[in-house]
Amino acid sequence: MNETLTKVRITTYREALREALREALQRDERVFLMGEDVGRYGGTYAVSKGLLEEFGEARIRDTPLSESAFVGAGIGAALNGMLPIVEVMTCNFSLLALDQIVNNAATIRHMSGGQFSIPLVIRMATGAGRQLAAQHSHSFEGWYAHIPGIRIVTPATLEDARGMLWTALMDPDPVIMFENALLYNLEGELAPGAGAVDIDRAAVRRAGSDLTLVTYGGSLGKTLQSAERLAAEGVSAEVIDLRTLRPLDMPTVLASLGKTHRMVIIDEGWKSGSLAAEIMARVMEEAFFELDAPVARVCSAEVPIPYPKHLEDAAIPQVGTIVDAALRTVNRHV
Amino acid sequence: MPALQPEDAILATYREHGHALVRGIPAEAIMAEMYGKYEGCSHGRGGSMHIFDSRTRFYGGSAIVGGGLPLAVGFALADKLKHRPRVTACFFGEGAVAEGEFHESLNLASLWQVPALFLCENNLYAMGTALERSEADTDLCEKARSYRIAARSVDGMDVMAVMEATAQAAAEVRAGGGPQFIEFRTYRFRAHSMFDPELYRSKAEVEQWKKRCPIRAFTTRLQVEGLLDEARLAAIEADVAAEITRAVAFAEAATWEPVENLTRDVYTARAA
Repeated sequence: MNETLTKVRITTYREALREALREALQRDERVFLMGEDVGRYGGTYAVSKGLLEEFGEARIRDTPLSESAFVGAGIGAALNGMLPIVEVMTCNFSLLALDQIVNNAATIRHMSGGQFSIPLVIRMATGAGRQLAAQHSHSFEGWYAHIPGIRIVTPATLEDARGMLWTALMDPDPVIMFENALLYNLEGELAPGAGAVDIDRAAVRRAGSDLTLVTYGGSLGKTLQSAERLAAEGVSAEVIDLRTLRPLDMPTVLASLGKTHRMVIIDEGWKSGSLAAEIMARVMEEAFFELDAPVARVCSAEVPIPYPKHLEDAAIPQVGTIVDAALRTVNRHV
Repeated sequence: MPALQPEDAILATYREHGHALVRGIPAEAIMAEMYGKYEGCSHGRGGSMHIFDSRTRFYGGSAIVGGGLPLAVGFALADKLKHRPRVTACFFGEGAVAEGEFHESLNLASLWQVPALFLCENNLYAMGTALERSEADTDLCEKARSYRIAARSVDGMDVMAVMEATAQAAAEVRAGGGPQFIEFRTYRFRAHSMFDPELYRSKAEVEQWKKRCPIRAFTTRLQVEGLLDEARLAAIEADVAAEITRAVAFAEAATWEPVENLTRDVYTARAA
């Protein structure tokens, strides 16, 4: 094989997403992108920069600030033979489209007795850490994962940023892709042949034997750093990246627990009623006797995410809090 | 409905039974759906408010007032992008005009000049709230025009007026003239639901409107013009009665979906 084709290259999460969008637009003429400022502005996070020039206004569509209308239009277009990608600027704004997502996208297949499919992908930025305060910084992945009828994916690596979009588009059901805004500048290596990846299974990002750290999205990097720190203290942590929050790949989570018997869940959502709570509940139901210690959680503090950096940092999971929770779980007092 | 072609798409409200019948969904399948039976057009999953039928491109049956309008913009956008000379017909009541989705959708439809036909059945009451008690401006066409959408208001109790207005608007939309809006001025004779004691309107008002019953008025007109004799009328009425009897018998005899199917079609089944 040609050396340039096999050589890994340095890229960013943002560029990987853009490459995925470009590939989708090139591969299938039914694909189009719409959302606020995806065209002339180049995307709020510059993900779609250059695509308007390349694909034109019919396929890269700037929308008014009408989340409900353009998300609903995505559902309608998907029902009528297209493969729309709808970008919602942040998941906070997606609440203005919640009616369309919950009452239409999630229900129509089941409610029509299986007559209709909605092959729609909704992308939205999520997460805190940019000092944008409470109306730009929340993590609603867990909320959305409550709803049957939609799939929730959370690319946390360059491979997944590059590969999840096409698979999601080919899925006949609506998929919401949460992109943690802190990841857009994530830099790393990506194989030149990188392409579609599965959106069904969780991934073991680091193997370990003393405890399992379960996480997803923006917290994966911090969790891997925590595992590194724990290793220095002689604790071997396995790190699971859920990748898909609905449906949850519990077999992968439970297989790891079967090995380590201890678990900490790191989830940027609020603790009460969180995705972390759901995983804990399932561990109780399905693997209670595997546990050598109570399952612990590191979640966001139960506050609207504040503006000043020190308070924002204190509100969301950090390496320090993850390491502390892990050490407590393996009976190392901190 | 005669103004629409088989390849056009229809989005309706929760009071969509008439639209569904006229679109050509068999009365048996509609009645079975209202019973919640498996032989219903949505396998009984949706019931009375959610009639879906892929064969006739009938996309529900929505019980969220205004919730179908954004979908209609998307349907019409897809047709525009694919250069298909189709119309998306979206029915809703005047209550939807108070929803943000109405305004967002009309603006978007006009901005993108998509072939959507917005059909507003103004029966004067959103459940029990009269239009003048909920809208600062009760001129619905003005609202559509404010988004640069061609709008007309017709007597919804006049069958011919409704047909003519709809045929003309649909033809213009199909020809690429952009979205249009029609207000049908009509009335709901019966209560909103089985639980509605109708405290919000007088019996006299209902009786007054009943005198303008569109079916009776159209029948009288046909008789006056010599197009319908007693024998033909009796035959039509007998046909309708027989169709209803057949539909009820079909629905009664129909089966319940097995409980094992409960979670089927939440997602599309994955190939193993």
